[in-house]
Amino acid sequence: MDSPLGLLAELTYRCPLGCAYCSNPLNLADYQDELNTEQWRRVLAEASDLGVLQCHLSGGEPLLRRDLVEIVADANDLGLYTNLVTSALGLSRSRAEQLRTAGLDHVQISIQSDEPAGSDRIAGTPSFQRKVEAMGVVKELGWPLTVNVVLHRHNIDRVAGVLELAESVGADRVELANTQYYGWAWRNRAALLPSRAQLETAEVVVRAARERLRNRMDIIYVVSDYYGRYPKPCMGGWASRQLTVTPNGDVLPCPAAQPLPLPRASVRVDSLERIWADSPVMTAFRGTDWMPEPCRSCRRREVDFGGCRCQAFQLTGDAARTDPACHLSPDHELVVRAVEAANSGSTGGDRPMSPRPHRVR
Amino acid sequence: MTPRLRRGVRLTYDRTRQTHVLLFPEGVLVTNPTAAAVLELCDGERTVPDIVAALGTRYAGVREADVDDVLARLVDRQVVEWT
Repeated sequence: MDSPLGLLAELTYRCPLGCAYCSNPLNLADYQDELNTEQWRRVLAEASDLGVLQCHLSGGEPLLRRDLVEIVADANDLGLYTNLVTSALGLSRSRAEQLRTAGLDHVQISIQSDEPAGSDRIAGTPSFQRKVEAMGVVKELGWPLTVNVVLHRHNIDRVAGVLELAESVGADRVELANTQYYGWAWRNRAALLPSRAQLETAEVVVRAARERLRNRMDIIYVVSDYYGRYPKPCMGGWASRQLTVTPNGDVLPCPAAQPLPLPRASVRVDSLERIWADSPVMTAFRGTDWMPEPCRSCRRREVDFGGCRCQAFQLTGDAARTDPACHLSPDHELVVRAVEAANSGSTGGDRPMSPRPHRVR
Repeated sequence: MTPRLRRGVRLTYDRTRQTHVLLFPEGVLVTNPTAAAVLELCDGERTVPDIVAALGTRYAGVREADVDDVLARLVDRQVVEWT
């Protein structure tokens, strides 16, 4: 067993946006009893002792936590590399300056498209202008900036514009991530899954931009596993490099693992060290012993680790099956059918999505 | 031309794994002792000959070509840039 490198600290699931592609759990009411500042302080210290080097402060919208500056300062005191994953709503100049002083290392700001109307429609709230302004503040204060865009049927045709926007705000990195179908996004899969033609066009644009912007802006493109031959590698292996602490203190190997039928582990009742080493939620799929065929004898078993356990569970009801995204999976038909549906009939952004209803307390 | 860590890249010692590591947005790079020694001197002010000279006070047989190689690899990994 290795030590984890990264902690995803999901500080709150409250969020001012209502994105249809939200991958947070459906049962948000279960997460209202959030860890307090003191509890997060302990989690960060235990994570650092366990070998964690990077702390991704995420949510929901982490800026809704009034104690965010304190949490960043604690993480920084522990020597952790801190990354704020934000919608940028609430990132005023004064808040940004406080975070800078507290030692925040990096800011990642999401945007939903390259022009105000489309971006605001997907976000479910007027936000484009504020996001672009916040990107300017981030650069002005000397942070490295990552612009993150979740891609789907309704915005993937805008990828050239998105790259131009990222370039114009001076982003150091842009992350173009095809939607992953967990939580709320799962409900919207038919509306969100792009067609093959859309993906192919976008990938040509991305390749050309990578060539043109080499050494100026890193472009990370997360492929759509539904269209791949092989599944995405599960977090570099289940409970191998990363761990997630949810707003209420549950500990998971990844943020999508919440629905899996495994006993809960919580920082409220146990230490992070014990949870990482011994709790069933961590040990269930660690390594390769759990694997069924065709994974068990596959030469790629330590390349993609059987794919995503959460997707296997989502699609088949059994988290221990091969990820159906893999063309070798006996359940691959489940993915093939979704892809066929995405490529039949009308194309483009004409399939209605249900925005996520969020109530900000 | 002087090498320096790119914005958002931090060199630190990882006490759990007992090695120097480079931390940057969404990534960790484990560095060998030679690379760590070079990186510690990449302050955006020292030139390569300065770095070679500084290393020469601590280690025997430091060659400029070796430092160039280390730096080229780090530039390739997008953690070091030339200013």
